[in-house]
Amino acid sequence: MSEIETTRHAAGEAAALDVLGTAADWAASGRKLALATVVETWGSAPRPTGSHLVIDEEGNFEGSVSGGCVEGAVIAEAIDVIEAGEPKLLEFGVADETAWRVGLSCGGRIRVYVERLG
Amino acid sequence: MRLELLKGLNAERKARRAVVTVTELKSGEQRLVREAEIGLDPLAEAIEKAIRSGKSGMAESGEGEAFINVYLPPAKLLVIGAVHISQALVPIARAAGYDIQIIDPRTAFATPERFPGVALHAEWPDVVLKARPLDPYTALAVITHDPKIDDGPLIEALRTGCFYIGALGSRKTHGRRVERLREAGIAQSAIERIDAPIGADIGAATPGEIAVAIMASVIEAFRKRKMFAERRGEEAAA
Repeated sequence: MSEIETTRHAAGEAAALDVLGTAADWAASGRKLALATVVETWGSAPRPTGSHLVIDEEGNFEGSVSGGCVEGAVIAEAIDVIEAGEPKLLEFGVADETAWRVGLSCGGRIRVYVERLG
Repeated sequence: MRLELLKGLNAERKARRAVVTVTELKSGEQRLVREAEIGLDPLAEAIEKAIRSGKSGMAESGEGEAFINVYLPPAKLLVIGAVHISQALVPIARAAGYDIQIIDPRTAFATPERFPGVALHAEWPDVVLKARPLDPYTALAVITHDPKIDDGPLIEALRTGCFYIGALGSRKTHGRRVERLREAGIAQSAIERIDAPIGADIGAATPGEIAVAIMASVIEAFRKRKMFAERRGEEAAA
């Protein structure tokens, strides 16, 4: 079969966005990981339910659970989850008392499930 | 998530099959449910609903809250014919977020100069489709006007249940196509699935306009979830 692909740009872009593929690659190289997933949203949430963020024990990450608003807090919790092994259910939103520190400026509210991977 | 589950999940995604994970939020228990196994799952009804809508979300299980995460194959647009309309279709498909691929055995048409950066196959469709089969999450547009090139993939798309199947040609051309498909033993109800003349009825005349019309129809079929037989008004496959 003669497949002509003059650039790999599109394929490369898709691969970079494939969080679960990245997660499998990272796991195969022996990194300790957590997976964060948006499980519920209310109001205008930046990322839909099912969105993933994969985090390693050093805080490296790929993917997103919001538009960058709460990733920092999720990564910190994820490092705890990697160590402790117990999953956590986090909630973020303007109604949250932590809103001034981390929260969703868009006014939405989300729940994020963080679990160890592997 | 167990590594085995992640591997299974990625294998299904790679094979372009719908798959879900179910996570019991209280216990942390998790399972992978493949498309073929949905009926056997205690949450079958909620899973079916999630797959049909394409939306992940919460369900009530015996144990409390369960999260159903739906992984559907990304929509793909396959075009038979590396013609002028296809050139116009490339940027439009990409703007709408579709992965576009083009097949044309005529090497004078299928050149990288005419289609820079596009997955282009200068091969007969049956050869390409053997290696990369059609599926319900693929839209097919046949636009060569040549029955030798167009008819094979058209029949294959009807067989595999592509969410959109369009064929370029005037009503007269399409009439002759319908005759050929009937002779090939294709059922009338299947033949009626073909969008012909191709694309939304906006009076498109130029290649660019026809490309817009095709894309509009593809998007409509996808958003109306035509990858599911019952959404097309057919009996659900057993």
